[in-house]
Amino acid sequence: MEIGVEEIKQWLQQLSQTLQNKKEYLTDLDQAIGDGDHGLNMARGFKEVSVKIENTSYTDLGLIFKDTGMTLLTKVGGASGPLYGTAFIKCATVLTGKVTMNVSELTDALEAALNGIQARGKANLFDKTMIDVWEPVVSYLKDHKDSVDWEDVMRLSNEKMEATKDLEAKKGRASYLGKRSIGFIDPGATSSAYFFTELSKVLKGVSK
Amino acid sequence: MSYVGIVLLSHSYDLVKGLESLLKQIQPNVPLAIAGGTDNGEIGTDVFKVKNAINSVFSDKGVVILFDLGSALINAELAIEMLEADDKIKIADAPLIEGSYAAIIESGCGSSITDVILAAEGARSLQKL
Repeated sequence: MEIGVEEIKQWLQQLSQTLQNKKEYLTDLDQAIGDGDHGLNMARGFKEVSVKIENTSYTDLGLIFKDTGMTLLTKVGGASGPLYGTAFIKCATVLTGKVTMNVSELTDALEAALNGIQARGKANLFDKTMIDVWEPVVSYLKDHKDSVDWEDVMRLSNEKMEATKDLEAKKGRASYLGKRSIGFIDPGATSSAYFFTELSKVLKGVSK
Repeated sequence: MSYVGIVLLSHSYDLVKGLESLLKQIQPNVPLAIAGGTDNGEIGTDVFKVKNAINSVFSDKGVVILFDLGSALINAELAIEMLEADDKIKIADAPLIEGSYAAIIESGCGSSITDVILAAEGARSLQKL
């Protein structure tokens, strides 16, 4: 499978649309255990990304990831700005100069993104953060490079998002709640599940 | 004399604006800059504001950043990585108000960046009553 700029644009547009639709829901999740800005921040940040990429023609995958990352860094005020921004910028460094990529190269980019998020946010698995979705999804992709089933990726990202409900938060504003954070799904894990779900939909050849 | 520059970083512009006035009154000579709120004036932090604030108070003596919460730290680290001479820019693990108060007094004495950080971090064990 060859993935080019058009597929990435379609993915980012669908992700932006999902984040606009789920803005209230993400805000509700974040009001329960965070500072209540995740829905607004993600919707606003990706709206800017959507406008930026729509009006730009890219010949290089690295550049579309870099533009997306820089836009998120600038437009998203909460922790998700630098975290998602770093993720896209790390992808860009792996994809610079590539017109298309295969699943293996995409996996390398996403692994670099995961490492970037971890270095930046210093969260570990089961800290009730976006890492709880990112790490298992990247592991799956690494294990199935030639035989990725995108339905499995969607299922996995949703399962791992749901599983954050039972965890106690160790990072971010939710960590101030301690055990009282148990019973709520993590907003960052939720937006990460949207990230991988929309990517999977595009790569599966299914559009909404 | 040159001084270690101080950057105050908060999710709230009003918070660091007020703190800046307080510190300027104590020590007007020390280069002091603030980075508060997002680029459109909402609650949050902005890596480019942090970067500009650092640049505006930078000298060979270095710069110490004090921050409030959570993502402020992430953006402070990111801003430092974006700049050259990142070994001269340090983040103090200190409470914002008491830490910056101690830091600006120490810097005003012409102290090194190490001493300014020590002074700021000493505020962690400050007993107020």
